[in-house]
Amino acid sequence: MINWGNFVSQLFNGLVLGALLALISSGLTIIYGTLGVLNLAHGALFMLGGFAGWMAYTYTGSFILAVIAGSLFVMVVGFIVERVIIRYFYDRPHEDQLLVTFGLGIVFVEGARFFFGSLSKIVPAPAGLGGILNLGFMFYPAYRVALLGIVVVALVALYIVLYRTRIGMIVRAGIEDSVMVDALGIDVYKVFMLVFGIGAMAAGFAGIVNAPVVSITPDVGEAYLVQTFVVVVIGGVGSFPGAVLGGLIAGEIISITSMINPGYSYVMLFVAMTLVLVLRPYGLLGTAGRD
Amino acid sequence: MFKQRTYILEILTAVGLLAAPFVLPYLDFSPDTVNRILVWGLFGLGFDILFGITGLLSFGQSAFFGTGGFFAAYLLTQMGFPHVTGALLIGMVVAAVVGWLIGLIALQRTGIYFAMITVAISEVFFFVEFNPLSAYTGGENGLPGVPTPSIDLGFFSYSFGTGWSLYWYLAFWYFIGMVLALRIVRSPVGAVLSAIRDNPLRAAAVGHNIHSYKLTAFVIAAAYAGFAGGLLGVMQAFMPPDAFMFETSGQLVMQTAIGGAGTLFGPLVGATVWLYLSDFFQTTLHLGATWKLVLGVIFVLLVCFLRRGIVGGLIDLYRLTRYGRNKHEAPEAIPDNDDDSEIGSSAAPASVGSAVAQGSDVILQTTGISKRYGGLVANDNIDFTVKRGELRGVIGPNGAGKSTFFKMLTCEIHPTSGKIEFEGQDITGYSVTEVCQLGLTKSYQVNQLFNRLTVRDNVVIAALAQKRGPFKLDLLTDMSKVEGLDKRVDETLALVHLTKRADRLVSDLAYGEKRRLEIGLALATSPSLLLLDEPLAGMSPRERVETVKLLKSIARGRTMIVIDHDMDAIFELAEKITVLREGSVLVEGTPEEIKNNEAVQEAYLGGMHEEVH
Repeated sequence: MINWGNFVSQLFNGLVLGALLALISSGLTIIYGTLGVLNLAHGALFMLGGFAGWMAYTYTGSFILAVIAGSLFVMVVGFIVERVIIRYFYDRPHEDQLLVTFGLGIVFVEGARFFFGSLSKIVPAPAGLGGILNLGFMFYPAYRVALLGIVVVALVALYIVLYRTRIGMIVRAGIEDSVMVDALGIDVYKVFMLVFGIGAMAAGFAGIVNAPVVSITPDVGEAYLVQTFVVVVIGGVGSFPGAVLGGLIAGEIISITSMINPGYSYVMLFVAMTLVLVLRPYGLLGTAGRD
Repeated sequence: MFKQRTYILEILTAVGLLAAPFVLPYLDFSPDTVNRILVWGLFGLGFDILFGITGLLSFGQSAFFGTGGFFAAYLLTQMGFPHVTGALLIGMVVAAVVGWLIGLIALQRTGIYFAMITVAISEVFFFVEFNPLSAYTGGENGLPGVPTPSIDLGFFSYSFGTGWSLYWYLAFWYFIGMVLALRIVRSPVGAVLSAIRDNPLRAAAVGHNIHSYKLTAFVIAAAYAGFAGGLLGVMQAFMPPDAFMFETSGQLVMQTAIGGAGTLFGPLVGATVWLYLSDFFQTTLHLGATWKLVLGVIFVLLVCFLRRGIVGGLIDLYRLTRYGRNKHEAPEAIPDNDDDSEIGSSAAPASVGSAVAQGSDVILQTTGISKRYGGLVANDNIDFTVKRGELRGVIGPNGAGKSTFFKMLTCEIHPTSGKIEFEGQDITGYSVTEVCQLGLTKSYQVNQLFNRLTVRDNVVIAALAQKRGPFKLDLLTDMSKVEGLDKRVDETLALVHLTKRADRLVSDLAYGEKRRLEIGLALATSPSLLLLDEPLAGMSPRERVETVKLLKSIARGRTMIVIDHDMDAIFELAEKITVLREGSVLVEGTPEEIKNNEAVQEAYLGGMHEEVH
């Protein structure tokens, strides 16, 4: 019944999905870690990245320009949303932050539906990556291999920005204690805006690079948002390594379960999340005291 | 707020429901729209208890809406179960049981974790309904052919049809749902739930088992959702699979926020606005699918500018016109009276909340307790004994480990090693809630009050923990039935001189009054040992003098331990003083001994010496 070639290719699918989820989750988790806001519009930002990229692709025919346009557009959206709305919610209860980002998510999704309709949009893989790759033991779509590479590069870039630059140091200090950072004479609001923009960009980037694999619809972000939440619960909120580990675990669970029976993939995901909650309530790599 | 024996809201609900079929057709409401509003309103009643009252924002209510609905619909359409109302009630029970199981998982964590987990739950149930259980639920086809109910009382029988005929059935259940919800909110459980929303930490610290109460609210919400889900099937003669969709949860959240969370009527008003606008945008303005965009924008604006929703806004407006903005009255002064005995008799009997001396002489004893954080030793091997009836002062320079020591005594944190005994019982490793129930509690250094409640309700919540124990399911009991509650609350208010301010919101109080209420919350749990963590912190000199006087009057007949930086106050109050330095006991003795002790002077001067550098 289980075909080994199929199994290995599903493992690989899981790796690709896992890396993608890790990227989206790190965006979500650095926003939460720094600003204390859980962004329920994160899935919608993923979707916006896809549509913005698709627009750029339609006009220029260049995949690279599409990726740049998608990422930058969502980053700018992130800046604007933080400056105009989120900023006024830092002192309000968590529920209000959830409500407003949830509402923004709906506005984005319905806005996309208004402009682009409900039909799915396709961005083909760039020239040379559209074919099937012979890996010796199996055939595999070339773009997915490339996608894994692209996402890993993005994750490494994010890691470098967070852990090897001055601004990253400020962001991580802000995660620990934003009041103190403020007291040190650093304009936290600027940092917050930047973080929201970077976090949003991670989602937008994921949205456009994933477009050749899963076509873009206004609702495409919802499923990823849910999976991202599971990733964050498993990995631990506010933890970059946790987001990567959680992403890989969730990606493999979904892929392997899908091979046996796709209907159970969410059930298994949920079982994994429950196990983590019972055994390690703060996530595999999370620390206590972040609620 | 918790005390309301008139039935105005119930009567208004009944009148409104009776009048609706005669009024609403003139406003262009079709009977189907009105019925739909009632189903969503009932669904929202339970959700409002969870979100508006308890403060737990769940995006997973569709799971229970669908579970209850499909269970009832399956009984009626596939099993040939003859009784519609019976099937709905069974569906409700099933949803409640599922809610209990899911609640055990989701309530492992609070805040945003809870929100994320509930989103995941909602999605999981949708997939389960679609795939593994599609043989039972009809998958994407749903379950058609759900019958309408009928009554047969022998002498009278009636079969409900659709439209306005079915309205009466739905209205009846909405009314029952509202009456029950109002009773729950006015019950002691409802009071504790709103305390959890305001300040879960303090709700636990005054002795309530908040996890069980949260689970209770979760199950109540699931039960309402399950019943409403069943009604949805009955109303449409078809159980639609989208009951399980995440969008259903989202719509419920938005409707409740639009109408006004925490008002019980909010969800109904929100559903009315939502369904009316969706009709209006689609049929009158021909906006098509764009109506959701418009509603989304309205929703975001509402969350930004009218955070309490429509009903909440109306209540605020009413309060404003009725009471005006007279926030600042002269604070109630503590009677300026040096004769202590008179304060005791005029303010309140000294017996309030004091434990009668019984059993052994020693009330609290720690043996060699230490607390280490990694390599840092905050408290090192502390032996500490307090006798019944004593008023002990604990002092020490900054960083001496006083607060850590207090937190260990109240079990907020647990010692790395050593043993704590209270009333002869080993309490090491107990929870804050458990030790409070045993009679040990503290007032906090930084006020931990229920800010959105009145002064009186604050004290009520603390007193309830002592009267009812850590957890009790008296969901339908009126607050006035809790024996001795009013007396305890009145006495406590009198003791901390807040009787005249009883009906004000905590947010309206002056700082000194909040400090007194902070002490009042601890007193209301009638502790046999009361810990006061810097009761004078942040007070003006005048307030200090008053508060020292207050503490003296409280001390009569009680055992207390007081930490403060105000040496003069401690020397005046305490009979015996323990000095901590660098995490261990430096010396213990009477105020006179401490004043003249060289080691103590050295500790403080040494501290000053270091600060200079």
